[in-house]
Amino acid sequence: MTRIERSYPEPSINLETERYWQAAKDGVLLLKKCNDCGKTHFYPRAICPHCLGGDTEWYEASGRGRIYTYSVMRRAATPYAIAYVTLDEGVTMMTNIVECDLDGIEIGQEVEVTFRATEGDQALPVFRPVSS
Amino acid sequence: MSRACQAYIAGVYEHPTRKAVDKTIPQLHAEVALGALRDAGLTKDDVDGYFCAGDAPGLGGLSMAEYMGLDVIYTDTTDTGGSSYVVHVGHAVEAIAAGRCSVALVTLAGRPRAEGVTTLGVRDYGGALPDLGFEKPYGPAITNLYAMAAMRHMHEFGTTSEQLAWIKVAASHHAQHNEHAMLRDVVTVDDVVNSPMIADPLHRLDCCVISDGGGALVIVNPEIAKTVGDRCVKILGRGEAIKHLNAGQVDLTFTGAAKSGPIAFANAGVTPADIDYVSIYDSFTITVLETLEDLGFCEKGRGGTFVADGNLISGVGKLPFNSDGGGLCNNHPGNRGGMTKVIEATRQLRGEAHPAVQVADCTLALAHGTGGNIATRMGSATVILGSNDA
Repeated sequence: MTRIERSYPEPSINLETERYWQAAKDGVLLLKKCNDCGKTHFYPRAICPHCLGGDTEWYEASGRGRIYTYSVMRRAATPYAIAYVTLDEGVTMMTNIVECDLDGIEIGQEVEVTFRATEGDQALPVFRPVSS
Repeated sequence: MSRACQAYIAGVYEHPTRKAVDKTIPQLHAEVALGALRDAGLTKDDVDGYFCAGDAPGLGGLSMAEYMGLDVIYTDTTDTGGSSYVVHVGHAVEAIAAGRCSVALVTLAGRPRAEGVTTLGVRDYGGALPDLGFEKPYGPAITNLYAMAAMRHMHEFGTTSEQLAWIKVAASHHAQHNEHAMLRDVVTVDDVVNSPMIADPLHRLDCCVISDGGGALVIVNPEIAKTVGDRCVKILGRGEAIKHLNAGQVDLTFTGAAKSGPIAFANAGVTPADIDYVSIYDSFTITVLETLEDLGFCEKGRGGTFVADGNLISGVGKLPFNSDGGGLCNNHPGNRGGMTKVIEATRQLRGEAHPAVQVADCTLALAHGTGGNIATRMGSATVILGSNDA
């Protein structure tokens, strides 16, 4: 698809999240799980929000999921689709849906991660429909 | 009957302005404070507790206490966004019951309209937020977040845009009688669903107004309430809760009202069936629909059917709501609608709402605030109020 997309603002990066954003530049979506309780959480933190355990570990996500909900922002200069995607790993993350007809997006639709350059030199995980 | 209570609302005031180009925010705080104190028949020298939230300039309430010349021994600056002032009502009851203060003043003021704020931009709460990097780049304007909650509710329960529109229609029926309301024209379901789409599925008329102004409350102990007289309103129950994205286990079909509501009802010893009038936070139509379900006025998922066909219109339906026109039509000062929810509930219980919207024999009312955002993290607060003879 050649639809014009809005430009993507720089993410705010801190000590806890710099590895996530470094991986994004390499085209990899990372998640964090807790070695104490075994659960994955989102957004990634040094401290597990399920059990407050401090032994959390990065791992590579499948990059696949389904649209939990979405909305097309019609009043923006360049309309765009914001969404929550539930990853196969069981956590739901805010994102944008790209490379599709904005009028054809559906809840439950299968999507996969792709990346967009931001206004600076970072990369942002976004999702596109899986072509059937 | 005469229900026991530990504190009363003795004074309320809603600033009549909706666009304050010629006033500062501290000035608006002082004007609403004076209005509520006059309504209570008290003066600023009677105030010994001051409550405000993030709209008040300065560190906590320090600068505003100084600006208004208050001499206080108790302060609470809990900020849960637009619900803060509903939270403050509950906290004031606890402070008064503990003997920490006897006359609590709560103020809100803002001028986003004069400052050109829109709901299309992305709101920035500061650089140290842990969630910031994972949300802001995706363009979470206010409207498209609430829209995602509405979209999911429609998907799971079959809720329709026409059903959501009935909430705006009801608010507009009330606003026509409010001389201060920003939008006084009565609208139809067709008007709402044919208004421009902002963020699917929310149309322009699903959104609240942006307005300047503010409001204030004066909350007093029972001894002072006796001297103020029978315009005092009983505070019978309060509950609050925070709901958030829960480590990525996201469910946008309910709000924090699912927790704050039952706590408030239990605290007051009443049930939803006992309530004569409700003030429900109405930043968007979907906010009202989910909140009514969560508070138990109908089953989860049945909100669309519940609000349809005028059921929220005073004198027409079973559950009159937001009889001032609410945030959807009347006023949403400083983008924080909790204050006006408590004020209109107080008017109803005093029998001082506009005659065209006054609920007959209004004895028990509920006011609910939703601060933050229902599609990310929110502070929810519920209070149950009673007339002086409740």
